[in-house]
Amino acid sequence: MGFFLTILTLVVALGFTWRYLGSYMAAVFDGRVHFLGFIERPIYRMLGTSPEQEQTWKRYAGALIIFSAVSIAFTYVILRIQGSLPLNPQNQGNVGSALSFNTSVSFVTNTNWQNYGGETTMSYFSQIGALTVQQFVSPAVGIAVAIAMVRGFARRNSATIGNFWVDITRCLFYILLPIAFIAGIIFVGDGAVQTLAGTITFHDALNGVIQTIPRGPIGFMEAIKQLGTNGGGFLDQNSATPFENPTGLTNFLSIFLLLCIPFALTYTFGKMVGSVRHGATLLAAMVILFGVWVGFTANAEHQNNPAVAAAHVYSPVGNMEGKEVRFGDTTTALFGVSSTMTSTGSADASYDSFTPIGGLGLMSGMMLGEIAPGGTGSGLYTMLVYAIIAVFIGGLMIGRTPEYLGKKIQAREIKLAGLAALVMPITVLIVTAVAVSLAVGRAGPENLGPHGFSEILYGLTSQGNNNGSAFGGLTGNTPFYNIIGGIDMLLGRFAIMIPVLAIGGSLAAKNVVPESLGTFRTDNGMFVGLVIGVILIIGGLTFFPAISLGPIVEQLSHLRFF
Amino acid sequence: MSTVITEPTHEALRGGVAKARGLFDREILRQAIRDSFRKMDPRVQIKNPVMFIVLVGSVITFIEAIAHPGIFTWSITVWLVLTVLFANFAEAMAEGRGKAQADTLRKMRSETEARRLRPDGTEELVAAALLIMGDLVVCEANDVIPSDGEIIEGIASVDESAITGESAPVIRESGGDRSAVTGGTKVLSDRIVVRITAERGHTFIDRMISLVEGANRQKTPNEIALTILLAVLTIVFIPVVVTLVPFGNFAGASVSVVILVSLLVCLIPTTIGALLSAIGIAGMDRLVQRNVLAMSGRAVEAAGDVQVLLLDKTGTITLGNRMAANFFPVGGHSEQDLADVAQLASLADETPEGRSVVVLAKEQFGIRERQLGTDHVFVPFTAITRMSGLDIGTRQIRKGAADSVKRWVVESGGTAPADLDAIVERTSRAGSTPLVVADGTDILGVIELKDVVKQGIREKFAEMRLMGIRTVMITGDNPLTAAAIAQEAGVDDFLAEATPEAKMALIKKEQEGGRLVAMTGDGTNDAPALAQADVGVAMNTGTTAAKEAGNMVDLDSNPTKLIDIVEIGKQLLITRGSLTTFSIANDVAKYFAIIPALFAGTYVLRHNRPLEALNIMHLHSAQSAVLSAVIFNALVIIALIPLALRGVKFRPTGSASILRRNVWIYGVGGVIVPFIFIKLIDLILVALHAY
Repeated sequence: MGFFLTILTLVVALGFTWRYLGSYMAAVFDGRVHFLGFIERPIYRMLGTSPEQEQTWKRYAGALIIFSAVSIAFTYVILRIQGSLPLNPQNQGNVGSALSFNTSVSFVTNTNWQNYGGETTMSYFSQIGALTVQQFVSPAVGIAVAIAMVRGFARRNSATIGNFWVDITRCLFYILLPIAFIAGIIFVGDGAVQTLAGTITFHDALNGVIQTIPRGPIGFMEAIKQLGTNGGGFLDQNSATPFENPTGLTNFLSIFLLLCIPFALTYTFGKMVGSVRHGATLLAAMVILFGVWVGFTANAEHQNNPAVAAAHVYSPVGNMEGKEVRFGDTTTALFGVSSTMTSTGSADASYDSFTPIGGLGLMSGMMLGEIAPGGTGSGLYTMLVYAIIAVFIGGLMIGRTPEYLGKKIQAREIKLAGLAALVMPITVLIVTAVAVSLAVGRAGPENLGPHGFSEILYGLTSQGNNNGSAFGGLTGNTPFYNIIGGIDMLLGRFAIMIPVLAIGGSLAAKNVVPESLGTFRTDNGMFVGLVIGVILIIGGLTFFPAISLGPIVEQLSHLRFF
Repeated sequence: MSTVITEPTHEALRGGVAKARGLFDREILRQAIRDSFRKMDPRVQIKNPVMFIVLVGSVITFIEAIAHPGIFTWSITVWLVLTVLFANFAEAMAEGRGKAQADTLRKMRSETEARRLRPDGTEELVAAALLIMGDLVVCEANDVIPSDGEIIEGIASVDESAITGESAPVIRESGGDRSAVTGGTKVLSDRIVVRITAERGHTFIDRMISLVEGANRQKTPNEIALTILLAVLTIVFIPVVVTLVPFGNFAGASVSVVILVSLLVCLIPTTIGALLSAIGIAGMDRLVQRNVLAMSGRAVEAAGDVQVLLLDKTGTITLGNRMAANFFPVGGHSEQDLADVAQLASLADETPEGRSVVVLAKEQFGIRERQLGTDHVFVPFTAITRMSGLDIGTRQIRKGAADSVKRWVVESGGTAPADLDAIVERTSRAGSTPLVVADGTDILGVIELKDVVKQGIREKFAEMRLMGIRTVMITGDNPLTAAAIAQEAGVDDFLAEATPEAKMALIKKEQEGGRLVAMTGDGTNDAPALAQADVGVAMNTGTTAAKEAGNMVDLDSNPTKLIDIVEIGKQLLITRGSLTTFSIANDVAKYFAIIPALFAGTYVLRHNRPLEALNIMHLHSAQSAVLSAVIFNALVIIALIPLALRGVKFRPTGSASILRRNVWIYGVGGVIVPFIFIKLIDLILVALHAY
């Protein structure tokens, strides 16, 4: 009952933010919100730009690449020299080069894959100045790309798709910072730790040991960690620890925060293109997929783990191994699916201990390309890429040159959409193949057999999709995994963003074909079904062989391999 | 007489270009089979990346079969080669049908000698092939016109059956909109001087030949986009399949190369890849069969996208002429009296309007057509009097424009009945033309001449509306008349008192709004608009300028055909889309056949084959499963050739119902069908003791 109440509350809360946060974001990016003009203007002056100076898609992409490259370099340098920087009460040493590369790429690409334990590796300065900063700007970059693509649909005969600097500035100051501030207060108010005072040590008389308890500026980082679909926690145990996620309320708030912007962006999309119905159509496709995945995974976690059951040990409360008792089996599954179907990757349990099928739920959520609802911005633009492919096939089936929102979908758009859709599966499959082929790669997983395969596949799928959640069990902090993971993340982010921006530019330049009875409807149930079909077929067909050797065979064999 | 080589017999040309052939004409079939092998050349195959991959795959399995001979490896190799052959066959079939038509056309491109006019006015005999643009040639009765041209002098009746299939001769004359002649057609009477407008190799017939043969067929925009999507769906499966080798190794299973190749071939969209060009060629072919020549595939595709149809009123929406529809008596006369006098007035009037008055009187009142006597003098219509009639002795009967007849009556001392003006005005307002009939000084009443809207055209327009196409009637009539006819015909809009400039402006306005516009035209003054329209269909009877400007020519000169063209354009896209969907949907079943087979030996413990659970079709063995999938994959191409050539059934309804239907048939059907047939093929293989 509690689970359904949670779902119900979540639906109401998300419905509210969908409508109001969605239209607010449209107003922000249309330049209709100005109350922080006194902050905006000096920033534009400093950057030598202004909202009137619009960019072509190429300039937009150029600005994005420069910004991201500088971000990676900036983060990398901080990690490399953190030992000499202030705010380091634990005297953490400099981070190694391979790990710094992986980590800086990870946070700039909104992945937040962590090949380190935060409390044992990072200084407060690195956590705040390097990682948390990227947790704010990387979602802003994702949202900016989505908005630029949406402008492609909204505009006609236009050479430009907005100004990158203006978009991320507005996103930061009008959207991410205010919401994260309020959410941070709730986190801290509910017990999440927020201090710069360093660790405390005490003598654990019961066990006769000295315990060191890590602390830090956790609570506010937690807010943007979820809101920006980042997922990288301050502590190694992420949202499973009471310091990050103290109560059922903060657990709920986490789920809500990581879903609110990705869902609401569909409203923003609808509003900006002048048809909220179109936004609702994409929302419907997202909600259906999300709902099915939650149901599937929650159901799997509500069962016994087949490996445990094989030993004739039965749990009356589902698969609780690796889960927090305060969250329970189904709500943890909800958290897990929310985290993996957005690009968050935060965890309030050990995903490695999910049942094989439950783990499949998490992994396959990422394999679909993170579109239901996906990451901040990346969810919407990836969904739009699939929608373009669905429009193309559907449009042909009714005998018209396919058009979406009046924009003709032609060879150039198909080429770019195909590229954007191809990058992720091809990258993930190839890096996984490399990993399982090399001794350094095979050394990574903790387990043998299909579960070991799942651990590698999961890790590289997670990074390729900029998710950042970990199955656990994979020793990632090796030069091999740090580098291959970094490449995986870079391709999974920028090799999709650039074609997406190019689609935006190409669409913006087109005129709009007026709607008629013969127009292929892209705002009804049929289209929802078609989009879902395309997503499932592309995701399913590309990953089916791989997952059949991982979670599927594991579940089917009912055997222990560890 | 200058024809050197035998002319085409009428027999060969009956029905014009569009001699319909059975889908599997034996002669075409035989040629297509030969061509299927000829097309195995890798240089040909590389143009179709999907099938090229199959060819490469068959080479790999062939090498494997030689290295490790076995019935399974050989079977797979043979079926992969067959898959490529079937694809070639589909294309060759489509081309063969076009070639058959081209051959018919070639027969009439006879070697002709032309009578060229020298500047001094004397004639010289030259081979038609040597004519250059601007040459003047003389053609008299029984001469074959040597090349395309424009009559600059004279009038002649011409037999154009060679290109239109219409045996009735047509009149061609200098000046005006009937001045173009086509090379290969024959002058039946009189003498004309023709200025050559096309050189050998570029004449109308030459263009027709290359079009129907698909010789320089260029891919249309949507075809290019679809090819890209198919390439994407091919490229993605290469890493999917290749990475199975390391994945399998990790699981301790060695993966069979032959099965991997089979899996790849089954996953890439071979069905649509094999049929794509056949669909395109067949689409052009369907147009040609309806006697429409499209100058580019792009135009055919654009026809499917058209949102606005500009249709000339006369000949397209209405029958060519106005017809008498009603008699309205005035001044106390009976309707029968009016009909009687009206018929008398029209007896000698040979215009269609005149004939229709005679017919209407006969139909309504049984008044028999009377013979003209010697005292009957026909008074013809002139632009000054604006009336015509008959003088019988001193009796003067007239019919004509209301004000002219009225003036004539008043001048002769009569008066117009009081109710006349009201009836005249009412008739005009209804969009009809009132003809006033007078017998001497007595005005009997009004004949209502009506534009007769073609039968069934209203329903056609309703279908168009359902497809989201707006129909606009173009007419020179005044707005009042135009509105009435527009209403009756059920068009969405009309352009009255249309000038070429107004027509052009309308097209531009629609295009600026993002709409694609189609129109028909035949006159030289239509040429700019035909060029501007996205789909411009020129009538074959039209001027050279019009034909050059348009991107299609209708050999039957039937403007209503524009509607057919739109349907063919749509059908072409629908066929491609549906088969693409079918092709992709098929992959699901193939996975369930091949993946369990591929990894059957993986993680086997105590004879427990975990992945055997995925073998939901319960296929007999790993090898029979893979072979069944490969065989299905090949046979489905053959099975769908008729569909590709004929096109998916098209019903002119709204987009939603078309989509629903096609998603069910080709999407959902595409998922289910292969499950059934792969199982069936497996059962047959087992029954044949192949396994």
